[in-house]
Amino acid sequence: MVATSTKSSFWRGFRTGVPFLMVIIPFGLLFGIVATDAGMSSFEALAFSVVVIAGAAQFTAVQLLQDQAPMVVVLASAIAVNLRMAMYSASMTPHLGRLPLWKRAMTAYFLVDQVYASAILEYEERPQLTLAEKFAFFMGVVTPICLPWYVATVAGTIVGNAIPPELGLDFAVPITFLAMIGPMLRTRAHVWAAIAAVAGALAFVWLPFNLGLMVGAIAGMITGAYAETRAEEAKA
Amino acid sequence: MIPEWKIWLTIIGLGAASFGLRFVFLGLIGDRAMPEWVLRHLRYTAVAVLPALIAPLVLWPSATGGTFDPLRFTAAMATLVVGYKTRNVVASILAGAAILISGNYLLP
Repeated sequence: MVATSTKSSFWRGFRTGVPFLMVIIPFGLLFGIVATDAGMSSFEALAFSVVVIAGAAQFTAVQLLQDQAPMVVVLASAIAVNLRMAMYSASMTPHLGRLPLWKRAMTAYFLVDQVYASAILEYEERPQLTLAEKFAFFMGVVTPICLPWYVATVAGTIVGNAIPPELGLDFAVPITFLAMIGPMLRTRAHVWAAIAAVAGALAFVWLPFNLGLMVGAIAGMITGAYAETRAEEAKA
Repeated sequence: MIPEWKIWLTIIGLGAASFGLRFVFLGLIGDRAMPEWVLRHLRYTAVAVLPALIAPLVLWPSATGGTFDPLRFTAAMATLVVGYKTRNVVASILAGAAILISGNYLLP
């Protein structure tokens, strides 16, 4: 019984992850192309995707390396782009914190945007899931997202610049994230959180090291929590 | 040309930092209970971080050198509206991609 329910959770996760191939493959290809363009070998590009496994931060780092930016600026900027991962980690903790340490390390390694967004949506929609089912779902999503990321990177270093610009690959990332935001807007508190986050990020877009993102994110979280408290008071 | 050592220092440094950021709460807090007010804020993590990350990219896309682009903006809004109405990520991506690609081919 336990085995079948974790197995079905894994496959539900797998099916949830598959559509993201439409984004992961072009995005990975694009990283391979950009890395080759910057003078990296296929092996170096692959090492980037396996060790760092964070698209936006990888693009940031390669861009700055190419601009001859000092090492400190390269690392600080790319790490700033990735600061949101700490929030994902905190957000996953109530759901996966009881896993053994090695499984927590494993989920931490694979905690990329699309996996996080899919997992948190599932955990909120199905609060009755057991710990084993939650972990199985997580690894199910990871399979069609993270493995193709590595393969697509290497493929990108090989195909080079053969992709037509009309496909609008540069906009693949914003489109994917927007597609994940829509279904997340389940309550008025979620909508207010998103509006405050956008307002904060745009108002502080001039801050260095992508700190505008952090300001917006924190503003959004506080607004969401406040709106939720107000909604509960109104009900009571 | 980027020197080899810079590439590898970036890979290792950024890799370690990225893992550290993803592991910090999962690994260190683990199964210890977090206070209700913290959980209340964490519920809005995704819906705050992702829009904050995307908003500047939608208004000032890097591909146009940071100038507002009506086509990309329309595609972005269509993606959001379809996702909100249908609760379907794939339908939403397809809507945005269809507008973006057809616009790129059809518009002068």
